[in-house]
Amino acid sequence: MNTSAISPLVAAAQSIGSKVAGPASGAVDRESRFPKEALDALKEARLLSAFVPRDLGGAGCGMRELAQICEILGQHCSATAMVFAMHQIQVACLVRHSQTAPYFREYLKKLAANQNLIASVTSEVGIGGDMRSSKCAVQSNGARFELEKDASTISYGAHADDLLVTARRNPEAPANDQALVLLQKADFTLECRGAWDTLGMRGTCSPPFLLRASGGVEQIMETPFGDIASQTMVPFSHILWANCWLGIATAAVVKTRAFVRSQARAKPGTTPPSAMRLAEVASMLQSFRANVHDLASECEALMSSPDAGVDVLSTIAFALRMNNLKLAGSQAVADIAQRCLMICGIMGYKNDSKYSMGQHLRDGLSAALMVSNDRICATNGSMLLVLKDD
Amino acid sequence: MIEDIRNILKEHGRLSTDVSTLSEDADLYKAGLTSHASVNVMLALEGKFDVEFPDRMLKRGVFESINSIRAALEELTAA
Repeated sequence: MNTSAISPLVAAAQSIGSKVAGPASGAVDRESRFPKEALDALKEARLLSAFVPRDLGGAGCGMRELAQICEILGQHCSATAMVFAMHQIQVACLVRHSQTAPYFREYLKKLAANQNLIASVTSEVGIGGDMRSSKCAVQSNGARFELEKDASTISYGAHADDLLVTARRNPEAPANDQALVLLQKADFTLECRGAWDTLGMRGTCSPPFLLRASGGVEQIMETPFGDIASQTMVPFSHILWANCWLGIATAAVVKTRAFVRSQARAKPGTTPPSAMRLAEVASMLQSFRANVHDLASECEALMSSPDAGVDVLSTIAFALRMNNLKLAGSQAVADIAQRCLMICGIMGYKNDSKYSMGQHLRDGLSAALMVSNDRICATNGSMLLVLKDD
Repeated sequence: MIEDIRNILKEHGRLSTDVSTLSEDADLYKAGLTSHASVNVMLALEGKFDVEFPDRMLKRGVFESINSIRAALEELTAA
């Protein structure tokens, strides 16, 4: 971990992680419940507006700082980290693509003042996880619009204040001509259409919902969703998710190191055989961390360049690298957690042991599925057919 | 505590000098403590006293003498 001076935001995240999110994470996982106490603490520390520019009342931090917070939270409570990450992805879309429009400017000020939590509504029944296609459409008549979306999953939908929804721009638009619509609490109703009883990431509480909404047309972002996706939503998603997974992997390795040390202590003078396995895992974690940090630095540098990195972020080469991070990170977290289980043996397999790996393993297995790695491989495969430079 | 430290040094320190003849201020490195042996001494101390030496204490000075070891252990057990 970076030993240089840590920012107040990161320090706050460390304190919330160890004092609030960590102690509750077992119950959050067991009961598949929203990590309310951790989110309340994040709001109290004003971390939900970390990425909102200072002139609108936020902390004006960059992507790397958000990423670091995700990693720290992920070490203590995977659900808290993932909810924080998903919220920040939405905030980043608003900040980077709409902060000059009066409606969104006011909204961001309100978000900073009230610490509103935004959930994402991209997936849709009949479409699945393909974020770049929608069935539902915005129906507008002059100044107002109506929107109904059968969402196959909305993470923390029942706990969010506001929603950011993808939909076709109008009823005649093709599936990929999408707009992003901001809905505030009074604008919508959510009808829960199922349960969220999963192997891991249980505290994100992501069941299907039927969304019904109406609002003013100023709530529809002007920038085409395709541009928002490639320039902001996808890079932020891959970087912040990967940092959550890095946190999970780190937690698994920290436990495993403690386990191996306890073995060494029982028999000083002989290095336990598990220490060699630990050395392998420590090396994997270091590569994982280097990969994540490298792309986060590159991304932040691009985004803070004069043209906000629009040209580079939209290239095939960059999309490929982002997808590669997703593939590598999602595989690394599951692989590391499983190796840690092998090292800790029965003490890792037990749910009531301080070396328990169950939750890390179950949470880590979600990584390859949230945006299926198969879909990403297929996309990368077709991009590689046309990409010439390397 | 001093007695426990002496026993651990005797068992894991691989000193060239008999531990019982060393004063509490005697330089353990001069008495033959190698860095490899000091790792085992640390592991045994951790096991015996149920503590963990943090990274900041993993330095030569901490294992220099029986007294310096005792000072470190007192700091760790007081916490």
